[in-house]
Order: sequence, then C-alpha cells, then structure tokens
Amino acid sequence: MDYKEIEKAKKQWYDKTLSKVLDKFPERKERFVTGSNKDVKRLYDPLDLQNINYLEDIGYPGDYPYTRGVQPTMYRGRLWTMRQYAGFGDAEESNKRYKYLLKNGQTGLSIAFDLPTQIGYDSDHSMSHGEVGKVGVAIDSLKDMEILFEGIPLEKVSTSMTINAPAAVLLAMYIAVAEKQGVSADKLNGTIQNDILKEYIARGTYIFPPLPSMRLITDIFEYCSMNLPRWNTISISGYHIREAGSTAIQEIAFTLANGIAYVDAAVKKGLDVDKFAPRLSFFFNAHNDLFEEVAKFRAARKLWAKIMKERFGAKNPKSLMLRFHTQTAGCTLTAQQPDNNIIRVTLQALSAVLGGTQSLHTNSRDEALSLPSQKSVRIALRTQQVIAHESGVTETVDPLAGSYYIEKMTREIEDAVMDYINQIDKLGGAPKAIEKGFIQKEIQNSAYDYQKDVESKKRVVVGVNQYQSEEETMKDLLKVNPEIEKQQIKKLEEVKNNRAEHDVKEKLNKLKEAANSDKNVMPFILDCVKSYATLGEICDQLRDIFGEYKDSIKI
Amino acid sequence: MKKTKIRVLVAKPGLDGHDRGAKVIARALRDAGMEVIYTGLRQTPEQIIETAIQEDVDVIGLSILSGAHMYIFPKIIQMLEEKDMSDILVIAGGIIPNEDISELKKIGIREIFTPGTDTKRIVEFIKSHIAVA
Amino acid sequence: MKLAERIRQGDTRTVARLITMVENDFPQAQPVLKELHQYCGQAIVVGITGPPGSGKSTITDKLTKHLRKMNKKVGIIAIDPSSPFSGGAILGDRIRMQDLTTDKDVFIRSVGARGHLGGLSRSTQAVVKIMDAMGKDFVFIETVGVGQSEIDVIKVSDVVLLIVMPGMGDDIQVIKAGIMEIGDIFVVNKSDRDGSDKLIAEIEMMLHLSEDEEKKWKSPIIKTVGTDNIGIDFLWEEVSKFVNYLKESGELLERRKNRTRKEIFDLFQENWREMFFKYIGEERVEKEVNRILQQNENPYNAVKNLSTVFKEKLFKEDN
Repeated sequence: MDYKEIEKAKKQWYDKTLSKVLDKFPERKERFVTGSNKDVKRLYDPLDLQNINYLEDIGYPGDYPYTRGVQPTMYRGRLWTMRQYAGFGDAEESNKRYKYLLKNGQTGLSIAFDLPTQIGYDSDHSMSHGEVGKVGVAIDSLKDMEILFEGIPLEKVSTSMTINAPAAVLLAMYIAVAEKQGVSADKLNGTIQNDILKEYIARGTYIFPPLPSMRLITDIFEYCSMNLPRWNTISISGYHIREAGSTAIQEIAFTLANGIAYVDAAVKKGLDVDKFAPRLSFFFNAHNDLFEEVAKFRAARKLWAKIMKERFGAKNPKSLMLRFHTQTAGCTLTAQQPDNNIIRVTLQALSAVLGGTQSLHTNSRDEALSLPSQKSVRIALRTQQVIAHESGVTETVDPLAGSYYIEKMTREIEDAVMDYINQIDKLGGAPKAIEKGFIQKEIQNSAYDYQKDVESKKRVVVGVNQYQSEEETMKDLLKVNPEIEKQQIKKLEEVKNNRAEHDVKEKLNKLKEAANSDKNVMPFILDCVKSYATLGEICDQLRDIFGEYKDSIKI
Repeated sequence: MKKTKIRVLVAKPGLDGHDRGAKVIARALRDAGMEVIYTGLRQTPEQIIETAIQEDVDVIGLSILSGAHMYIFPKIIQMLEEKDMSDILVIAGGIIPNEDISELKKIGIREIFTPGTDTKRIVEFIKSHIAVA
Repeated sequence: MKLAERIRQGDTRTVARLITMVENDFPQAQPVLKELHQYCGQAIVVGITGPPGSGKSTITDKLTKHLRKMNKKVGIIAIDPSSPFSGGAILGDRIRMQDLTTDKDVFIRSVGARGHLGGLSRSTQAVVKIMDAMGKDFVFIETVGVGQSEIDVIKVSDVVLLIVMPGMGDDIQVIKAGIMEIGDIFVVNKSDRDGSDKLIAEIEMMLHLSEDEEKKWKSPIIKTVGTDNIGIDFLWEEVSKFVNYLKESGELLERRKNRTRKEIFDLFQENWREMFFKYIGEERVEKEVNRILQQNENPYNAVKNLSTVFKEKLFKEDN
C-alpha cells in the first residue's frame, strides 16, 4: 500500500472537499468522544493501520492471539448461549421462572441469589431482615437447591451461578443435587462467578478478607480440575466495575489485572497453569458506544492471550482463549420512558455479538424500577433471538474486522489497558492496588466525571436530560411476595428439625479443622451440605477461622 | 444564629453493595460546600442513628437498591422518633418503585430521588430546607 | 446549668449539639464552656498524625479497642481536609472505626479542617474540653499534619504519635517539615511490608541529627500492623510510659501551660480582631487600601490613622 499517495490524497480532500463544508456547516460539537470520553476522529483510513499487521496483531479466529474470536466458526457453528439472569423469592417461584425461560428458547440457566445468600447469612439472621428473596432466590440449605432445580435435567442444562464469597458452598450444593438426579459431577456444565477481588472493588458482597478468599478460590480451581472438567471455575468480572462507573479501558484493565492475580495465586499454590486456565472465564459489560465495545472485546481477547502465553508460559491453546459472558449495561437503563430501554439493550446486545461473546444476558426494560416482569423478560430474550436469526450479523465471523476505526480503536484500547496493568504491577498487583484504594479511586473519578457530563448535557440521556415527557407509571411491575421471608424462615426450621444434628455438628467441625489447615476444603463443604447444614452454619465455621472483611477505603 | 455548614450523613443500610450513587452524591454535596459523613456499606439502623447523633447532622441520606427499603426505612424513622430526632431531614434514593414512594413519604421520608435525578436538584432540596449563614 | 449537667452525664445528643455550637462560634457556647472548665484536665489528649494512607484511623480504632478492654472511655476527633474551593468535605474516617459506633463509651466526631471562624486549633481545643468534661479518659485527635493549622491542632495534644509506613518514597522528606519536631512516639505501620527496617533506620538517623541534648525522652519507634492488630498493645505501653514520664518530670504541666498561654493569646487576639472590625468597619479599611494602591498612602501611616480612630471609639465606648 502506498501510504504517501494516500497521505497526499487525504490532504487534498482536507483542503478541497472538507474545508468547503466546514466553513459553511461547522460540526455539531467541538469534541467527539466515545462512551468512555476517548477522542474520536472525524475519519479513519488506511493511514491509521500502518502499525498494525494482520497476521501478528489480528490473525484468524481460533488462532493465537484470538483477536477475531476463540472459535474458527463462531456463530456459524453455534450461536451464543442465551442466558437470562433470574431468580427471586423462594426456590419454587424461581424454578417456575427457569422453566418459563427454557420453554421460551433460553439455552442456559443463570441463577440470581438474594443478598443474605450471597453474603452467607441464613434467612433468619438479623442482617437478613427485609432482604430475603428480594434480589434473587433465597437458598438456606440443600433442600432449597433441590427445589430450585426440580424437573430440570442437570446433565442437559448449563447453569451459571452468580455467587462469590460462598461460591464453594453453592457449588457443593449443585453437585449434591446432580448426584440425587443420578448425574455424575464430571458431566456438569456451568460456571460460578467466584470472583472476590471485584467484590472488594465494586460489588460489596464479600465475607472473608482477601487472603483466605483467594485460598477458597484456588481450592475450587484444584477441586474442579480433578472432578468437574466441564465446569468454569471463575467468571472474572468487568461488568460490575463498569457499572460502578469505570471507562471501557478501565473495565478491561482491572478485570485482566484481577485475572493475573488469580492465576498468580493458583500457580503459587502449585497448580499447573494448563490444568486450570482452560476453565477460567470472563464476564463483561455491553455499554452504549457500539464500536468502542466491539473494539474492547477484541482487545481483551488479544491481551489475555498474550498475558497467558508470555507472562505465565501457558502452552495449551485453551489456556490462552478468553471466553466470556456479557450482560447489557444495567446502569444505562432509565426509569423514565422505560420502553426506550428496549432499544438501548438491542444496540448493546448487538455490540456483544459483534464482539464475539460466548453467552449473553439482555436486561429487561423495567429494571430501573424493579426485577423484570415476565412480559419484559420475554422481550429481552426475543431481542437476542431477533439479532441471532434476523439481523444477518451471525452469518460471518467477526464482521467488523478490517474496519479502520475498529482496528485502530482495538489497538488503542490494548495500549491503554497495558499502561494500567503496568501501573498495577508496580503497586504490587491487583490485591495490593485494591488495598491501596487505587482501583476504586480511578473508578470513582470516572463515575463523577460521567455524572458531571450528564448534568451539563455534554452527554445526552434520552428521556432524562433531553426529550423528556410526562411520566406514566409503568404497570405490572414484579413484586416479590412479602411473605417469602416468613415462609423461608419456617422452611429453615423444618430442615433443622428433620436432619441428624450430631451428623451436622461432626461435619461442621471437620470443615473447621480443614479450613484451619492447608487441606482443600471442598470435600468437607460437600459433606456438610449433604448433611443439610445450612449456608449460614457453614459460612460461620469459615468466619471463625478466616475472620470477616471490613470495608475501609475512604472516598 | 446560623451555622456555616450543612452536615449530611450518607448511609447505605442493609446488605446492598452498590455504592456508585452514594459516592457520586457525597462528592456533589461536598462540591456544594457541605460536610458529608460517609460510613460505608452494611449499616444497621442502630449505627445510622448513633452516627447521626454524634455527628449532629442536619440531613440523613439513605441509599438502597436491594428492595429492602420498605423494611429498613420505617425502622430508621421509628428509631429517630424514639430518640426525639425527627427534626433531621431524611431523604432517600436508589431503586424505589413509585407506589412505595407515597408510602415512605407518609411515614417521614421527605423526598425520594430516583435514578436519573440531577445532583443539583438534591443540593437545592437540601439547601432549601436547611438554613445556613 | 442543665446543659453542663447533661454533658457531665455523657448525654451524646447534648454533647454533639454543643460541639456544633463551638465549631460555629455561637456565643451561647461560651457560658457552657465556662461551666465545664472545672471538670477538665483529666483526659489525656493523644494526637495521631502522619501522611495520608499510613493507617491513622486504623491505629486509632485499634488503640481505642485496646483501651475499651481496660474499661477506659474514649473520645475521638477525626479531622479531614476540606475542599479549598467549596469549603465542603467528605469525612470518611468513621469507616475504619465501624465497631466503635455503637459502643456507648466511645464518642466520635468528624471535623472538616476549614471554616472554623476562630481557627481549627481553637475549635479543636474546645471540643477536647467538652469530651474531657464528658468523662473521657482519653481523647484522640486524628489529623493529616500538613497545613499550619493542622500542625497547631497537634500542639493541642499531650502526646503526639507520628504514623508512617514503608514505601512512601520521597514523602519522608515532607514529614520532616515540622512534624518530626513534635512527634513523641514514632509508629512504623504496615511494618510487614518491604522497606520497614530501612524506614526505621532513616527515622533513627533523623532523630539523631535533630537530637536535643536537653531532651530527657528518647522517642521510641514502634512497629505495627494495624489491620492485624499487631504491635498495638506494645504501642500503648510506650504511650503509657510517656504519659508517666510527662507527669513525673513536670513536662505535662509545661505543655499544658504552653497550650493555655497560646489559648489566652488566641482568644485575646480574636477579641481584638472583632473589635477592630466593629469600630473601624470594612468601608474605612477599603478606603485605606485604595489610597495605598494609588500611592497616596503607605501601609504604616494607614495603620496609624486607623489606630487613632480605633482608640477614639474605644474611649467613647468605655465612657
């Protein structure tokens, strides 16, 4: 390619064609930016790709560095998993919703647990008052888990569980339920989120301090590498970091930095990187700026592949592949004119598909107001189906590759992310950076800048700071049954009355001993779970040994 | 005589861990000249009340996105009444459906700021209710 | 007076309200403070300072818990910087002292560094008195000792703990300016990190260089890991030793004399400042300012003129 010719032509275009127009019609604003406030040029052309080499930097899908995708056929081979995050109230109600979604074409389950469950409290704990069943399903013991999956064949369905601090316990329960269904653990397909670092950064459902939490996580890596070969042991998450207000670059940078910390911890523990790395997965946000998001996903894949190969010396190609689930951005949903959210979600979902996601959750239009109603969640699912079957974007792999804009932006995001990762390395790694409050501060600054931009109308939010209209209240919002808490507490009592107390105590004690040693705690947790020890009882044993994390970062 | 600064307690009651809004508002209030006491996540009603007393705040701002507001807010209001602190301006924000808003206002939450609220509005609301020099 | 009685009994609401009045320089606070004065002097005031991030709040939290085990009552004044633009502040020290909030015998007050009409150190001194009268055995003042007013605040203390941590790099130089001279006990927090021995050596050297032959107290350097509660009891032992030394050597009395002297001087100065504006008025001052800038007058004459007016008005008032 003769770049000099192009440069000449560009200058001509600038002087002759463009200037004429600019003189008469200046552009709409002074600065054009991405959703993350990165400058966007008027135009991208071959000159922008001079430093980009197709074979080295972009490559083919299914080949290192996987910029174009982790499988060679991508959606031509298999569509992404349509996996709607759901759960509320008690196990019976959630079970109904899961069956509804599966009937309507969802291809994987995604379990939402309530806050007490996520934080290792039983429904009768004082901290659980008012919270039981509100943001997800309440699980107090194996009994609830059995009801949750009643009639759902675990060897056929892949299940993602959004659970972090007590992930080991919920995983153990899942294994136990499968056993009762006659399904052996090695057939189980699914994911546990199990990403504690982002809890300290952005999500807040931690229980134990960082070191023992990392131990639990690597125990799970080890256990699964031997017993659950098809299970994704972690979903290293950027979604929540973005929701907390970060930019696209920060989302990838902090997620990969966390990923590096987990791999570090596992390797230090003595695990062979190629044994557990293939089962690491990621979870990203699909935000408003379509092209920035697509570039972001591609950059993430390339960077992780490089990191795993060069930094950790991984040899198994599966260890180098960044596989991810995406959720459309909850923080962009508006309470005003909720139907507008359907359009937002559509564009966001499109960016995830064009970005090569393995699995996708689309938000419902009413989620700035409440948990999704049945009608709303169906529209959200249909959004994915329309994109998959009617839009044509799935007919070819990585369709936006080669776009001057996309390739340039992919590169720019890569460079900016590496800057952050180097900074974090200098601070001693992600856990130290979190301790020092560095990552949280960066996110808070971005969040505040965003708010200022919206309030000054530099950034338009349709229906909120522009194009407002008279509000009609949205009808038929989901209401969680207020009796759930009482009912759940009763059920809990029944479970406690119907189990063998001495057996429970014995198993809990053994767990405590194991936690205090360097044994892998998973088998002990599994024993506790099978004896119908409650989630709270199990976590309390761990609390006794590990202590509790206290939030202490100043704003 | 009027005091020079408005003191606001921004509190996250219950188990909800989403603090983006609370932190953004804390900054906005600070930029508007107020002193903001932010006490982090998982505040119990007792902690909130005791902090409000010791810090002699003019305003308590409650932020909750977990749906537990109909249990937690009345508890806090009740404790304020018991301690004879009902003169404190209590406002709230987060994910609170419209039908709950009227209920909460009845028991004493003076205003509820739902998603999309301009922070300037919150600042003005507070300033219009608390007189300073 | 009922207010004073309630404060003596530790009524938190009354205490908190009085602190607000004092912070805002309300005249109604004066008679109450006067009445409370007789109950003051018991509490030992411990200043805790150091660069941001060194762990002051955590150390304060742990020391307080240590004292609570011995049934001692504690007051904490947590000072945070205020925005120079808006005057507002985010006061977040309480986050690190969560457990103490519902302890009936601990009172925590967060204070922004700016906007105290009479100055931060005067305001803080009054809050210390209130906590003292309230029955606290110890009052901790926690601040980032950077600005002059914050250094003044530290001077309000009987004992000053300087908290530092390894990895501050060149920031140790910043510490030298002023704070090193008033630190009685040095704490190397986060001492499990790399560089803590090097830091101790640096501090020892600085202390040696600035050693006052007359000084009878050799400042100890204590290693702690605040978040893990390591070194806290040892630190408190040193603090107790120091307090005993202060009492026995008469140095405590000396320090409090200095403080009281300064307090009198500050109050007196404040009185005169008020009178200056009352008798002279802003307008007259502005006139002089303009004359000076137009080169029609010099500042020294201007003051002479204003003093004449002042004395006249004062004389008239007195008669």
